[in-house]
Parts: sequence; C-alpha cells; structure tokens
Amino acid sequence: MKLKKTLFAAIGLAFAATAAQADLTVGVVVSATGPAASLGIPEKNTLALLPSTIAGEKVNYIVLDDASDTTTAVKNIRKLVSEDKVDVVLGSTITPNSLAMIDVAAESKTPLISMAASARIVEPVDDKKRWVFKTPQNDAQMSTAIVEHMTDNGVKTVGFIGFADAYGEGWYEQFKAIAEARGIKVVANERFNRVDTSVTGQVLKLMSARPDAMFIAGSGTPSALPQKALVERGWKGKVYQTHGVANNDFLRVCGKDCEGTFLPAGPVLVAEQLADSNPVKKSALDYIAKYEAAHGKGSVSTFGAHAWDAALLMQAAVPEALKTARPGTAEFRAAMRDALEGLKEVAGAHGIFTMSPTDHLGLDQRARVMVQIQNGAWKLVK
Amino acid sequence: MDLQIALILGQDGITNGAIYALLALALVLVFAVTRVIFIPQGEFVAYGALTLAMMDAGRLPGTIWLLLIAGCAVAVLDGYAALKAGQQRRLAAILGLNLAYPLALLGLLKALPLPDLPLAVQVFAALLVVVPLGPMMYRLVYQPIAEASVLVLLIVSVAAHVAMVGLGLVFFGAEGYRTPPFSEARFELGPMLISGQTLWVVLASLLLIVALALFFDRTLYGKALRATAINRTGARLMGISPALAGKLTFFLAALIGVLSGVLISPITTIYYDTGFLIGLKGFVGAIIGGLASYPIAAGGALLVGLLEAFSSFWASAYKEVIVFTLIIPVLLWRSLKSHHLEEEE
Repeated sequence: MKLKKTLFAAIGLAFAATAAQADLTVGVVVSATGPAASLGIPEKNTLALLPSTIAGEKVNYIVLDDASDTTTAVKNIRKLVSEDKVDVVLGSTITPNSLAMIDVAAESKTPLISMAASARIVEPVDDKKRWVFKTPQNDAQMSTAIVEHMTDNGVKTVGFIGFADAYGEGWYEQFKAIAEARGIKVVANERFNRVDTSVTGQVLKLMSARPDAMFIAGSGTPSALPQKALVERGWKGKVYQTHGVANNDFLRVCGKDCEGTFLPAGPVLVAEQLADSNPVKKSALDYIAKYEAAHGKGSVSTFGAHAWDAALLMQAAVPEALKTARPGTAEFRAAMRDALEGLKEVAGAHGIFTMSPTDHLGLDQRARVMVQIQNGAWKLVK
Repeated sequence: MDLQIALILGQDGITNGAIYALLALALVLVFAVTRVIFIPQGEFVAYGALTLAMMDAGRLPGTIWLLLIAGCAVAVLDGYAALKAGQQRRLAAILGLNLAYPLALLGLLKALPLPDLPLAVQVFAALLVVVPLGPMMYRLVYQPIAEASVLVLLIVSVAAHVAMVGLGLVFFGAEGYRTPPFSEARFELGPMLISGQTLWVVLASLLLIVALALFFDRTLYGKALRATAINRTGARLMGISPALAGKLTFFLAALIGVLSGVLISPITTIYYDTGFLIGLKGFVGAIIGGLASYPIAAGGALLVGLLEAFSSFWASAYKEVIVFTLIIPVLLWRSLKSHHLEEEE
C-alpha cells in the first residue's frame, strides 16, 4: 500500500519537524485527490524521491493534499507558514489553487514555487508575486509552438474544441490571438466537459465548418473523447492537442484513433530522442531513471517533472541562502527568495531556468518541442 | 443543421438517454421502497465499468477487497444478532453469503487468466464482484437508520457517495479507462451510421426495463417490493420484512448501475468520479417522474439525453446549464399541480 506508506511518512515527518527546529523545512501542497489527481499523484510521487539533505542541512518535507480545492489549498499553506514555520512552499498543482495561495505566501514572506501552468501566477512580478515562482511552461509558449507548426504545414483554418472551464477558455484566448496574428482563422469554437459521455454534437459542428485542422485543448485522458468522436465521424485531417495530454494513460485510452496527433510538450516527454548536445537531455533522463526505479517502467509523466523542477530550483537556491541566514528565520526566507530570483542556467527536466526580477519562470524556447504520436508512442518532430 | 445531423444527434441522445432512463428507474425504485435518495447510484456505474476495465487489463480489481471487508462487517453484525436471538441455524447462511462468497470469488479471480477470457465472462465476473455491494451497503449504511427522516437518509447518501468516490480513487487511480466494445459491427440505415454498441445499449436497456416490469408484475418478491412502496406499515403487517425489501431494492439498483456502466464504458472514458454526473442526469429524469412514476421517469431521462445531445450542438459551453435548468420548470409545474403534503415525522 503506497498510500499508507506515504501517510506514515508524512506523519513521521510532521513529528520530526517539531523535534528538530533548526532544520530546513519544506512545505508541499499537491492536489493528490479530486479532479486534478492525475496531475497531483505523479507530483507527490516525485517529491518522495527528493534528497533528505541539501548542502549538509537536514530537510523535513511536510506534504499536504488540497483535494484540488482552492479553500483547502489556502488552509494548507496557512497551516504550513503559521504552525510549521516552513522556509519554502512548493505547490500547488493547479492554477486556481496556486493563485489563491499567493496572498498567504506574500503576507508571511515565504517563497512559493508553483507547479501550475498559468502565466498569471507569476506575471506581472509585483509586490506580492515577487515571492512566487513557477516551473511549467506558459500556455503562450506552447501556443506559439503549435501555430508555428500549423503555418509550416499550410494550415489556414482551425476548428477549436476545449474544456468548458478556465483551461479551455485560457487556451482559446491565447491561441486565437497568436493564430490570427499569423493569418490562421479559427472557424469554429466549441466546449466540452471533462466528464462528458458524448461530444457528438460539438464534433458535427466542428466538421461542418470544414477547417484544415482541429485543435483540442483539454488535459489528460478526457481529451481523447473529442478525438475518438472525430475519427468515428470520418475526420482524416490533422489534429493538434496540448501538452496537457502528455502522459501514457492518454495513449492507452485513445489508442489507434490518436495516431498522427501533434502536440507541443516539455522535452522530458521525449528525453531519449533529444540530441546529446541538448542540455536538457541529461537532467531529464536523470529524473526519468529515478522515477522509474521507484514506480516501474513507463510510469513517468511530464507533470511529475514539474514538481522535480520546482525541487531542483529550491535545491539550487538553498546553498546560496545559507550563506546569509539560518533556516527557520525570516531572513532565511528572504535570502531564499533572492537566491531563487538570481538562479542562472539551472538545468531541469523541462528546460533551462534563468530567473530575473521580471521573469519568475525563466524558461526559454529550449523548454518545448513538437511531438507526434506514432505507433502508439511519442516521437520528436525534428 | 440538416436532417442528417439531427438524426445523428437523435441517435446519440437516445443512447445516453437509455442509460439515464435505467438509472432514473433505479432511483425511483430505491426511493419508493426505502425513501432513500440514492446518490451513490452513479458510483455503481463507475465501479462496474472500472472493475471490468481492471479485469480486461489483467489486474485484480480493488472492489473485491471492498466486497471482502463489507462482507466481514455484515457477517459480524448479522452473526451477532443471530446469536443473540438464539438462531444458530441462520449462522451458516450468513457466513456463507458474506464471508465464503467473497473469499471464493477472490480465489477464482486470482486463479483465472482474466484478460484472456471472453468479454461476456468478464462482464459476468464484474457483476459478481460489484452487485453484492448494493445489499451490503444497505445492511451497513441504511438499515440501522431505516426509520429516519428523508433528510437524514439524504445526508447519509451524500456521505456514502463521497466515501465511494474516495475509495474509487484508491482502487482505480485517477486515470480513465475504456473497455472493448461488445460488437464492432456498423449498420448503414439511410443517411445514418449506427454502431453495434449503440444497439446493444438501447436493446439491453429495453430488455432490462421489460424484465423489471415482469418482475414487479409476476413474481412474489416483486409484488412484495411494490407493497412496501405503497404502504410500508401495511406491508410489514402482511409479513414482508422491510430489511429484506431494502436489500432486494439495493440489489436491483446495484445491478442496474453496474449494467449501465458496462454498457457505456466502450462508448466513453469512465473515471472514478464519472458516475456522479451520470447519476445526476438520471436523477433529473427521476424528478420529472416525481420520484414515483416509472414510465414518466424513463421518458424524462430520455428527454434529458436528447436535450443534452442537441444543446451540445447549438451551445456546447452551456450544455450542462441547459440540462439542469430543465428541472426548474418541472418542479414548478409539479408543485403547482399537486397539493403539498407535509412529511410525517
């Protein structure tokens, strides 16, 4: 029972935290249950692989589950900063929760490293968001990659179908702005729900608009449904998905209907196919080896890698911060923030992070690649 | 929108509507006999589908452990009650049903090469694992508070639902599954393309509805359930045990839920928490039938399915809003039409 083991570990750590005050204390909030569980579980698994000492300091991890619920996420970070006096917080998995946690992080002057995607979490860097960093690529970066691929392949019109929530809406706006700037027209715009049992209506509408390509903006296995419906209705053209589907469960559920699909993704998804000169390759393979050693072959997902990157940023910043203060103090937390902001060329599993006072994400174009599904596997598009 | 699109949407709506209709019938049945608004109905859909998917993937479904634990709990409760009442002879039956059966099933599942078996056998095995959870759930959750008010029963239902969703996440993980279709056949009927699975869903639903009607009309147990639904006290005076009626009802509800799950899992991806929304749409149908009339509930559920299909074409972003808004005019109409009865406390 993996669950039981982590539970015991968490309880054990909680006791350890009260016993030894001077150690480095790291608070973690993940969405290990609820709708975002398929993202939160690999993140939680990843955090269990982290080293127990950083730069000679013992580290205590306190892992809390927010059940994909915003109120619980805020409650969790309040508990972490007020009761456990953590030095840094990693979390949470999804954007609404991360946005809500910003206030508490800023108020208690604790650095927060989010594992959620939206650019709004760190932009613009203001008085509050100066305490906040994040690791996943911005949607805009990914949208640009898709639009580039579309223009290169002569796509002029696109049918869009996305989740009927902030995820789909955010993608629609990003994508439409970038696509229209490059002369691509979005000719149909539809929505579906994560738990829908049928998307026939939307698919018929998309197909009657006769676009050159379809773009499905959903995350995880639910976004297989529109694609299967498209194929069932005889769609033969190109289909684009987002990096939200980049896990092996998507391949399993979608099967042969997803053959030929294009999507942008973090390089960790196709780490083995990267050129040896790519600086991301080594760190990505390192993560995959560690994760698969603990959880079995083929179990790794790109979502867990965001947590890995968050932890890497923290590990890179700690030695710097230790030079000015001891863990457990307000000075240390401030030094931690400054150190995070000053990070240069840190190689993570998803890209190379170079932070600055105006950029708290720090990823560049090296953090994304175009991938195609071929023979039921991810294939790097050169 | 032309005729062809309307036909495709209609077909889609009827397929989903048939599933909602089954669930609506189960909800009406459970409410009529036990006054429980059975929110966990949808969970049986998900449990059935995912148990089948687990077997298909060659893994031992976690639901078997739940069956074992629930069986132990029922055996302890019922065994203790039987001993206290001095009915030692009943012990064998209690232990056999609640302990030996899950253990035998566990042994069977472990011994058989599950993924290699034909789909029909897998479906049957999924039924064997999940359906007994229905009556066990009644024994453990609802029977001790059978005389409580509808509100208390509803609150307990919510708790049971939340617990079952959580257990579903533990058993099946956060990712969704699809099961292989019963039939790959496709028929062309004029401008329409009908898949074999759609026919399976519609025909199986019809068959199940007819079977239920016959069960209530022709068999002693069916009549006992009807009697309990009409007048609980009166039925009790006639020697119909309310506990038996409750268990039988939950058995039927679980059976309907699991069958629905098995039927739709080849059409759509099922997650550990999918059941709730499907159940809720069945509930809208049941409400249209006033939680009392079977034919109107089934018709209402079909209407929900069709409305859902057509609104997904015209206004996909507002689909759920449109479907669930349907309940407001129905409630208004019902409350104006029927005079209000205070519930006796």
